[in-house]
Amino acid sequence: MKIAIASGKGGTGKTFVSTNLFKAFKDLGYSALLVDADVECPNSLLFYKLKKVDETIVKEYRPIIHSEKCVYCGLCADYCEYNAIFYVPELKQIKLLPNLCHGCKACSVACQYGAIEDSNTEIGIVSSYIDKGKNLYFEGRLKEGSVSTIPMIKSTITQASKQLSDFILIDSPPGTSCPFIQTSIRSDFVILVTEPTPYGLSDLRQAILTLDSMNKSYGVIINRAGLGNMDLYDYLSENNIQILGEIPFSKEIARIYTQGDLVYDKMEDMNLLYRELCKKIINYGNSLS
Amino acid sequence: MKVAITSKGNTLESVLDSRFGRCSYFAFYDTESKKLEFVKNPNLNVNEGAGPLSVKLIASYGVKKAVSGEFGFKIKSLMDDLSIQMIVVNEEKTIGEIVELLNK
Ligand code: SF4
Ligand code: SF4
Repeated sequence: MKIAIASGKGGTGKTFVSTNLFKAFKDLGYSALLVDADVECPNSLLFYKLKKVDETIVKEYRPIIHSEKCVYCGLCADYCEYNAIFYVPELKQIKLLPNLCHGCKACSVACQYGAIEDSNTEIGIVSSYIDKGKNLYFEGRLKEGSVSTIPMIKSTITQASKQLSDFILIDSPPGTSCPFIQTSIRSDFVILVTEPTPYGLSDLRQAILTLDSMNKSYGVIINRAGLGNMDLYDYLSENNIQILGEIPFSKEIARIYTQGDLVYDKMEDMNLLYRELCKKIINYGNSLS
Repeated sequence: MKVAITSKGNTLESVLDSRFGRCSYFAFYDTESKKLEFVKNPNLNVNEGAGPLSVKLIASYGVKKAVSGEFGFKIKSLMDDLSIQMIVVNEEKTIGEIVELLNK
């Protein structure tokens, strides 16, 4: 079962939740895998002492346009749905706009004059790591300057999914746009981490609208509970949205987190909370099959 | 010489549109024949690549100068390649006023 841990914006504690949940699943005797799919800024593995075991370079198609062979028929630009070919026949100008190219290869199929050469370019690396307890971790990292965030996310999740594991926990990219959607599509359940603040609520609303339109199952974890106001709770109860757990706003938690420890290991009530969370997810998983 | 001006409407009284790729209209002005023509921007609602498509559009009209509120840096490099000069106007001016300035 694949579980995405997401939040409307960064800094609401999704890494905090995924790392603790990961440990809880392991303690309950399940095999679990932690995947950092926040490919633009992967950092959830910083917590662990890990050894790299494998590395896969992810490539994406990019055409090379040879203007000396081009007859300026314009077919490639017509075929390109992403406006990635800058084509001005009046001035005999044709070139690829790499930041708009989605690597669909349509231009290459279109060109009958051999002016488009097929090639591949590196967009990032998926690495797998192992810790002392033989736990596996995956991390997708987009190459600097590359704009192929979505293909990188897809590739990271696909690589990790090849492993046989009871639970695959995916640290999702922040925001509610394409990267979030693509991660959610590939998951069976989405945990939304939010804060009881006006900002938290407006981002959460957006995320929930998106997930509803995709018919995804999800639940909410309230982090830093006690901050802000009750609007979040009103919204959740009005819409019948499941609260999976509440993590109180506490100095103790912040301290443990900044020391690089897991609250799951250090605090009785947090240990319980994450175990309960596991059970809820397991029950949900059972209800599916 | 042909000049493209990004415009919010299609009259001389319309004001300059500060967005280049997603302006409402392009006003094409020929400084020799003094002819002025408004063309609705067909790229207003494309998802991606409105900037380059608009560069292509004005280039196909044989434009040598473009007047707008701003040009992104990707647009600048395409314009440079095509030797189209860019003029940035920050004040709220009408197309009529800009045409007058071009005639000076
Ligand atoms: S590969 Fe696809 S997106 Fe890229 S330039 Fe060719 S047609 Fe356009
Ligand atoms: S299809 Fe080939 S020949 Fe035609 S414009 Fe494109 S690159 Fe040139």
